[in-house]
Amino acid sequence: MRNPAPVRNLSGTRRVARSLVVAGVSRPRRERFLSRYNNFWGWLFLTPVVLGLSLWVAFPLGLSLFTSFASWDLITAPVFVGFKNYIDMFVTDPLFWQSVVVTLYYTVAGVSLQVVLAFLAAILLNTRVRGVKVFRTVFYLPSLVPVIVSSALWMWLYNPQFGLFNVLLTSLGLPPQKWVFGIQTVVPSLILMSIWGIGNIIIVFLAGLQDIPKELTEAVAIDGGSAFHRFRHIILPFMTPTILYNVVIGIIGGFQTFTQPYIMTNGGPANASLFYVLHLYRQAFMFAKMGYASAMAWFVFIVTGVVSIIIFKTSSWWVFYQGETKK
Amino acid sequence: MRGSRRPSEYRLLAYVLLVGFSLFCVFPLIWLLRSSLMTSREIFTLPPRLLPAVVQWNNYLDLFQVVPFARYFFNTLLIVVLNVVGAVASNSVIGYAFARINFRGRTIMYGLCMATIMLPQTVTMIPLFIEWKLLRGINTYAPLTALAFFGNGFYIFMLHQFFKTIPVEFDEAAFVDGVNHFQIVTRIIAPMSKPALAVVAIFSFLASWNDFMGPFLYLNDQRKYTLSLGLKYLISGYSVMGQWQFLMAASVLIVLPVALLFFLTQRYFIQGLTMGGLKG
Repeated sequence: MRNPAPVRNLSGTRRVARSLVVAGVSRPRRERFLSRYNNFWGWLFLTPVVLGLSLWVAFPLGLSLFTSFASWDLITAPVFVGFKNYIDMFVTDPLFWQSVVVTLYYTVAGVSLQVVLAFLAAILLNTRVRGVKVFRTVFYLPSLVPVIVSSALWMWLYNPQFGLFNVLLTSLGLPPQKWVFGIQTVVPSLILMSIWGIGNIIIVFLAGLQDIPKELTEAVAIDGGSAFHRFRHIILPFMTPTILYNVVIGIIGGFQTFTQPYIMTNGGPANASLFYVLHLYRQAFMFAKMGYASAMAWFVFIVTGVVSIIIFKTSSWWVFYQGETKK
Repeated sequence: MRGSRRPSEYRLLAYVLLVGFSLFCVFPLIWLLRSSLMTSREIFTLPPRLLPAVVQWNNYLDLFQVVPFARYFFNTLLIVVLNVVGAVASNSVIGYAFARINFRGRTIMYGLCMATIMLPQTVTMIPLFIEWKLLRGINTYAPLTALAFFGNGFYIFMLHQFFKTIPVEFDEAAFVDGVNHFQIVTRIIAPMSKPALAVVAIFSFLASWNDFMGPFLYLNDQRKYTLSLGLKYLISGYSVMGQWQFLMAASVLIVLPVALLFFLTQRYFIQGLTMGGLKG
C-alpha cells in the first residue's frame, strides 16, 4: 500500500476516507460510504428549504395558476371560467393597464434616478472628504424608517397648506405644488420620497468603490488620464456588478410598491397612483375576485421572469466581473 | 488619487452637495420630531414654527390612552423574536450545507434558493393568503412567523459567502474526533460566525419590525395588531381629525427602537448591506 498523503492537505471528508484506507476498506466502498454520508447530511440540512420551496413557493404558484382560470370568492366553491380572467385583464379592464403604466413609470424613472443619484453620492463620499462616516450615517437614517411611518410623515410634509415643502416653496417666492394630490405630480412626488431612502444603495456603492484596486486608478493618473478617463475606464467597469445588483433589487422593489400609495393617496387622484399591487389588492380583498387577482399575480410572475432573463443574458456585454481578468 | 492635488473648488462643491443631501435626509426627521411635540393648534399655525413654544411631552403619554400602544409593542416584539430565531437557526444550517457539504444536487438547490430572491412577493401574496385560509391561519401570527423557519434566499447567500471563508481545517479536526455535521455547525461554525449571524439577526429584525403588508393582510382582531398596523388605523382615524401630533408621536416611537439598534450595531448594518452588493 502506498503512503497516505500528509494529513494537513486533506479535506475533511477525504480525511475520513484516509482513515478508511488505513482500516483497509476497499476504494469503491470508501467512496460510496462518503458520498452517502454527505448526501444524507446535505439533504437533512436542506429539509427546511425543500419544505419551504414546496409549501411557500411551488404550492402557491400552482394554486394561483389554478385559481387564475377560476372565479372564486373564497366563500363558495371555485368555478372554472377558462381564460376569462386573462381576457378581462388585458381587454376589458382599463384600470389594469393604468396600473401597469403607473407602476412602470414609477419603477423606471424611480430606479434610474435612485441609482444615478446614489452613485454620485458614493463617488463624492469616496473623494477623501472629511466626516465620511457621519455623512454615511446621515444618508442611511431614512432607510431605517418603516414604510408605514415614512408614508405618514411624507403625507404630512406634502400637505398642501401646512406641509413643510409648500412652506419652503412659498417662503422662497415659488408657487406651492399639489404634490401627491395632483394628477401630474403624484408619481414624481412618490419618486422624490423614494430618493429620501437611497441611503442603503449609497452604502453598497461606496463599498464597491472602496474595493477598486488603488493601483489601477493611480496608473491612469500617472499616464496623464483625466478624471473622466478614470471614471469611464476604471470606476464604471468595476462598478457594473454593483449597478446590476441595485437595478435588479430596485426593479423588484418597484413592482411591489403598495403601502405608500395605499396610505397616502389610495390610488388617487383619478387613479394616477393606482399601482399594480394596489389594484391587485382591491380585486382580491374588496371585490373578492381571487381568480382575477391570481391572473394578475401570474402576469407579474411571467414579467419578472422575462425581465430577469433579459437582464442576466444581456449583462454579459456590459457587466464586468473581476474574475474575468484571470482567464 | 491624492485628495490634496484636486482643485479646492471641486472639494467645496463636493461638500456643498453632501451637506445639501444631508439636510434633505435629516430635515423630514426633525419635522417629524418637532410635530410630535406640538399641540394640534400649533401644528396648524401659519407661518409654521420650527420649534414648539412649549414642548408637549404629554402627547406621548396621551398616545397610550388613545391606542393600546403597549399591547401593539409586545405583539410586534413576539413576532420579531420568532422571526429572528427562525432566521438564524434555519439559515445557518442551510448555509453550512451549501458552503461545506459536498452532496448531490447542491448546485441546483442553491440556484433555486437564489432564484427566490428575485421572486416578488406580489406573486405569492394571494395564493399564500388562500393557503393560510385553508390552514386556518388567518388572524393568527402563524403566517407572520412560520416562513422564517424555512430559510431565506438572501440570508442563505450571505451565510454561504461567510462560511466559505472559514478554513476547512476546523471541520476536519472535528471530523477526525468523530463529530458529525450538525455538531460542527453548532459547536464550531456558529460560534466563529457571530458577525455574520448578527447581520442575519439584525436584518430579519428590521424586516419583521417594519413589515406592514403581512399584518395588514392577516390580522383583523384589534388586540393582535402590530405597531405598523396600529399606526395605519391611527392615520385613517386621526389625520382627518387633525390630530397629527399623535400620529407623529407614534411614528417616533416606532422608529426609535430601530434607530437605537442601528447606532448600537452600525458595523453589522454596513457589513450586511455590502455583503449583498458583492454578489455576482
